[in-house]
Amino acid sequence: MIPALIGTKIGMTQILGERGRAIPVTVVQAGPCVVLQVRTKETDGYDAVQIAFGDVKPHRSTRPMIGHAAKAGTGPKRTVREIRLNEAAKLAAGDVLTVEQFDGGSVAYVDVTGTTKGAGFAGVMKRHGFGGKEASHGVERKHRSAGSIGGDAPGATGRGVKKGKRMAGQMGHVRCTATNLSLVSVDRDSDVMLIRGSVPGPSGSVVVVQQAKKKGGC
Amino acid sequence: MRQPLIELVEKPFLKSKTPEFHVGDTVDVLCRIVEGEKERIQNFNGTVIARRGAGMNKHFTVRRIVGSEGVERMFMLHSPNVVDVKVRRRGKVRRAKLYYLRYRIGKARKVRELRIHHKKVSAKPELAAAS
Repeated sequence: MIPALIGTKIGMTQILGERGRAIPVTVVQAGPCVVLQVRTKETDGYDAVQIAFGDVKPHRSTRPMIGHAAKAGTGPKRTVREIRLNEAAKLAAGDVLTVEQFDGGSVAYVDVTGTTKGAGFAGVMKRHGFGGKEASHGVERKHRSAGSIGGDAPGATGRGVKKGKRMAGQMGHVRCTATNLSLVSVDRDSDVMLIRGSVPGPSGSVVVVQQAKKKGGC
Repeated sequence: MRQPLIELVEKPFLKSKTPEFHVGDTVDVLCRIVEGEKERIQNFNGTVIARRGAGMNKHFTVRRIVGSEGVERMFMLHSPNVVDVKVRRRGKVRRAKLYYLRYRIGKARKVRELRIHHKKVSAKPELAAAS
């Protein structure tokens, strides 16, 4: 099973490495997570585990969710995520996962998935790094505009505005995975993982930490 | 607001006792420099013009004049490479950040010395504790 956990991004700080060098780290409080369901190739067409994190009061949950959690022998949970696996999971519903699976030096790199900070409706300069237009030389009221988005397309000669043309729109608040971040340390007592560098999303948001897919092998 | 979990992470790296100094003081910063396998202590003398940050991120800026050029260096208060900060002269200042010193030339860039008389010491208990 791929080591994976749901957690909360606490924030960033620095710790000291060799020769007193400062290492920027993100503090992630991960787990314990309860396995709610094991999906198998026979029943679902693919292998995965459904894990849940964080308790929620029953009256804030829904009856289907309470019943689903009760099958695994726990109360309703705040966050439920599915982790896809390449082979059948050696777990059963009700098993508890903790940061222990990342401990002991077996995992050197992790991928962290979260929802990025939302920046609202942003123009092309902020969203795509366009250059905008001159401040002067006859430019009027269009200093931050994108310029031409495509030529005229008469008849059947082709498309006027190409699909995927970068324009203004919602920026941020999308699912994002930061890959191959080095795992600095794991503390079993406080369920804390220290991950080098930054992690998507604001402090307090939910993130999924998994062993790195590309680095470290799994 | 400081997160308790962040404080827990930082705790083993923080110095239990940090040198006492204030903005405006003229200080000697003793920093450890590692060259290959050799280690030596380098002294950086100047005026503390700013202190900022919290926890591990606590920094201070020291400004000095080398030749006729202003040099500023920022130190991490809790870095093990900052061995000690020795106060050479106390400064009398009314501001937390002395960035205005950058635009002063000649005698104007000096910070007035804070002279502590015995009567004043009793009036300011925190300074009495420092000295």
